[in-house]
Amino acid sequence: MSRKRNITVEVNGRETTAEIPVRKLLCDFIREDAGWTGTHIGCEHGVCGACTVLVDGRGARSCLMFAVQAEGRKVRTVESLGSPENLSPLQKAFQDKHGLQCGFCTPGFLMTLTEFLNDHPKPTRDEIREAISGNLCRCTGYMGIIDAVSAYVESSMGTISERGE
Amino acid sequence: MKPVAFDYFDPRSVEEAMELLGRHGEDGKLLAGGQSLVPLMNFRLARPTALIDLNNVDELEYIRESDGQIEIGAMTRDRDIEISPIVREKCGLLALASSWIGHVQIRNRSTIGGGAAHNDPAGEIPAALLTLDARILIRDQAGDVREEAAENFFITYLTTTLEPTDLLVGVRLPTHPEGSGFAVEEFARRSGDFAIAGAMALVTIQNGVCQGARVSMMGVGPTAVLAADACEVLTGAEPKSELIEEAARLARDEAEPDDDIHASADFRRELVENLTRDCLTTAFCNAGAELG
Repeated sequence: MSRKRNITVEVNGRETTAEIPVRKLLCDFIREDAGWTGTHIGCEHGVCGACTVLVDGRGARSCLMFAVQAEGRKVRTVESLGSPENLSPLQKAFQDKHGLQCGFCTPGFLMTLTEFLNDHPKPTRDEIREAISGNLCRCTGYMGIIDAVSAYVESSMGTISERGE
Repeated sequence: MKPVAFDYFDPRSVEEAMELLGRHGEDGKLLAGGQSLVPLMNFRLARPTALIDLNNVDELEYIRESDGQIEIGAMTRDRDIEISPIVREKCGLLALASSWIGHVQIRNRSTIGGGAAHNDPAGEIPAALLTLDARILIRDQAGDVREEAAENFFITYLTTTLEPTDLLVGVRLPTHPEGSGFAVEEFARRSGDFAIAGAMALVTIQNGVCQGARVSMMGVGPTAVLAADACEVLTGAEPKSELIEEAARLARDEAEPDDDIHASADFRRELVENLTRDCLTTAFCNAGAELG
C-alpha cells in the first residue's frame, strides 16, 4: 500500500532500513528508527531550526521533509561531528565560549554552521550573525554563539573582522 | 503535530506526474520543496489525501539560456538560483530576490515553481516574476504547455490561474538589457521572516533616459502587484530624485494593504513608499544614472 514504505537511508555513515508510514517526518525517522537522538525537534513547522541536519551535504530542516524523501540519501546529524569524550573543534569552542546553556538548540546550530563554515571558511562576525538567523536560541542571547564561532575561525584562520574589509 | 495519513506517490517523470495528477485531481496535492506545504500539513491545516512528490522528477530541475531568455525548471531550488553564475550574470534581480527567501536551510529545499504556485502575498518569487515580466509555463492534461504572463497568473491570496490538474513546469525570463539596474528592498522584524512590505525594481537607461521600468510590491495586498502607475511615470523620463519620489507616491497609492497583527495598513503604505523610493534610487544608480 502506498501509506507505508520500506526505505533505506544512510545516517552518519550507517544504513538504516525500516518500514515506515509515509507521513513520518525525517526528524522522527532519524530519532526513532535510526536511533540518532542528537537531532532535536522544537517547533515542528520549520521556524526554530533545532532539527537542522545535512541531507547530501546541504542543510535542511528535518521536520519539513518526509522520511520517504530521504530514501537513498546521506544524512548527517550532530553525532557525526564529535562525541562527548572527543568534541569537534567547533563543539569545543561552543563549550569554551558559553555558546550554549540548556543545549536544546545546539545540534541545529552546529549543523547549520557546519555547512556555512564549509562554504565560508573565514566569515566576518556579521556574516556569522546572518548565518545563524534561521536558528532560535532562547538561552544565550546569541553572543556566546557568535563568540564561539569567531574563536573557532580565529584558531584556524587568524583574526576576523566585524564587517569585512 | 504530525500530518494526517495520506497516500504517497513519487513519480520519476512529468508524464507520470501528470497521470497521477489527473487521477487524484482535487484530492491530490503536489509537493515541491515543501517549505510552505509541510508546515501546513504538520498543523493539519492542509489534509491532502494523496501527495504527489515532484522531488524525483529530475527533468523539472534546470537553468538554461536560449535566445536571450533564461528558462528555469519548476523544481529548481531557490539556493541554486541564488548562486547560479548564469542567473547572476544575465538575470541578477532573480538571484538577488532569491537570496531574500527565508534562510539557507529553507532555500536548499524551496523551489521557484513551488513559490510561484503557492503565491504567498509576501513571497519573493511572485514579486520577482512580476518585475521580470516572466512567462509561466503550465502543462495541462491534454499535454499542451501554455504560457501565461506573470501579471495574469497571480490572481489573489494563495490563488493563481492553475487548475487542480495543471502542472507548473517552469518559467521563462528575459535577460536584463544593456544599461539596466535593479534592487530589492524589504522590511521584516527579523532576518529571514516574511516581509511586512517589500519592493523590487528593474530599470533600463539609455542616453540618460529611462527606457523601461518595472516596479513591484509585496506584502501590501492579497498578492504581489506591479506598480503600473509608477512604471508609467518613469518610462521615457530622465531619472531624477523628484521623479523617483513621485513614482514612490504613486506606488503607495496602488498598494491595498490590510491591517494585521504585524502592522497596520497605514504603516505598510508608509513602508512601501519608502522601500520603493530606496529601491528605485539604488536601481537607477546601478544603471549608471546621475540623480540630481
